[in-house]
Amino acid sequence: MAAEGSPLHHSFWIVDGANAVFGPVVLAAGQAIGHEFENPSEPIPNYMVMIGLITLVITAVGLLIRSRLSVENPGKFQILLEDGVGAVRGLLEQWIGPTGARYMPLVATLGLFILMGNYMGLVPGLMAPTSSINVTLGCALTIWVYYHFQGIKAQGIGPYLKHFAAPPGAPILLAPIMLPIEIISHLSRVMSLSLRLFGNVFGEELVIAILFSIIPFLIPLPMMLLGIVTGGLQAFIFMLLSIIYLQGAVAVEHHHDEHGHDAPHGHEAPAAA
Amino acid sequence: MSKRSVLTTVLVLAAGAFFTPVYAQDLAGTANTEIAKWSIITAGFALAIAAGMAALAQGRAVASASEAIARNPGAAGDIRGSLLLGLVLIESLAIYVLLISLILFFLYPFGGNV
Repeated sequence: MAAEGSPLHHSFWIVDGANAVFGPVVLAAGQAIGHEFENPSEPIPNYMVMIGLITLVITAVGLLIRSRLSVENPGKFQILLEDGVGAVRGLLEQWIGPTGARYMPLVATLGLFILMGNYMGLVPGLMAPTSSINVTLGCALTIWVYYHFQGIKAQGIGPYLKHFAAPPGAPILLAPIMLPIEIISHLSRVMSLSLRLFGNVFGEELVIAILFSIIPFLIPLPMMLLGIVTGGLQAFIFMLLSIIYLQGAVAVEHHHDEHGHDAPHGHEAPAAA
Repeated sequence: MSKRSVLTTVLVLAAGAFFTPVYAQDLAGTANTEIAKWSIITAGFALAIAAGMAALAQGRAVASASEAIARNPGAAGDIRGSLLLGLVLIESLAIYVLLISLILFFLYPFGGNV
């Protein structure tokens, strides 16, 4: 929709700069493997430049904070980061149980990436990478492959696949009906994760762009405020749904052990679509 | 509002919809203009219905969550978590309709010769 020449297209100087510096290398490498660039004068798409920017900023800030970590005398930013990490870990342990903290790297990184990505849309001169369906589909597919992989790793491939046919609580006779329903619902999770994030961020950005083209003076401000609220909310919800899907894949099968105690488990997940 | 006035309004709107081809003939009337017109009308109505139903559903969710917190203030954290999750899932349905409306709105009216 924001194609070259359309009124919604907006070129960013940081994207042009990155393409000027790295463009020829990427173009040569891509053509060597036979990749078709849809716009050869801009081989690095604008969302990729923004993703690179997020990566650089997070790495730089992380290294900076790591050099200043202190136990007795923590700075304000360190306290803030510790609160954030503690909150994510608490969420994981609340939903998945005591083993939940091992999934923290991907889940927390994805949450931070989407949060920063959403807020970059409100900064002049930058665009939100999550306003492109490529980025949100990438995030959704990553989480989808991850939770299936973790489920197979935790339960073994046989029992995990059996759960598709017979979720706990459903009698085995319903297996021919449950199997297609479960498969469709798992596939729809990819679509719902990606489209929810994409729709929210892109729709917000579209409304702000249209308001700017009508009355640029003070009217876009309430919509940008709404953009702040929904950006944070959508990042949190993406992370929370990832945790719920992980819980569905990993923490389902808890048999009684030989003493008759239940294994510890987290909350029962609602039937999240 | 009385049933009769509602029926009259609906019939007038439906009649107007049936008679639009008459007005389309002074434009460069191809089939594309017709589809473009109906696309815009459909997009508007779809989004209006989706937003209204999503608002109703979210209102019910908030009402029952508030009542549950009032009955059991100790579980407020858990209830708030469930409420937030439920609200976002309902809202995402309205977002899907928004995406379809955007496609409808931009594909024929502004997409040229798609």
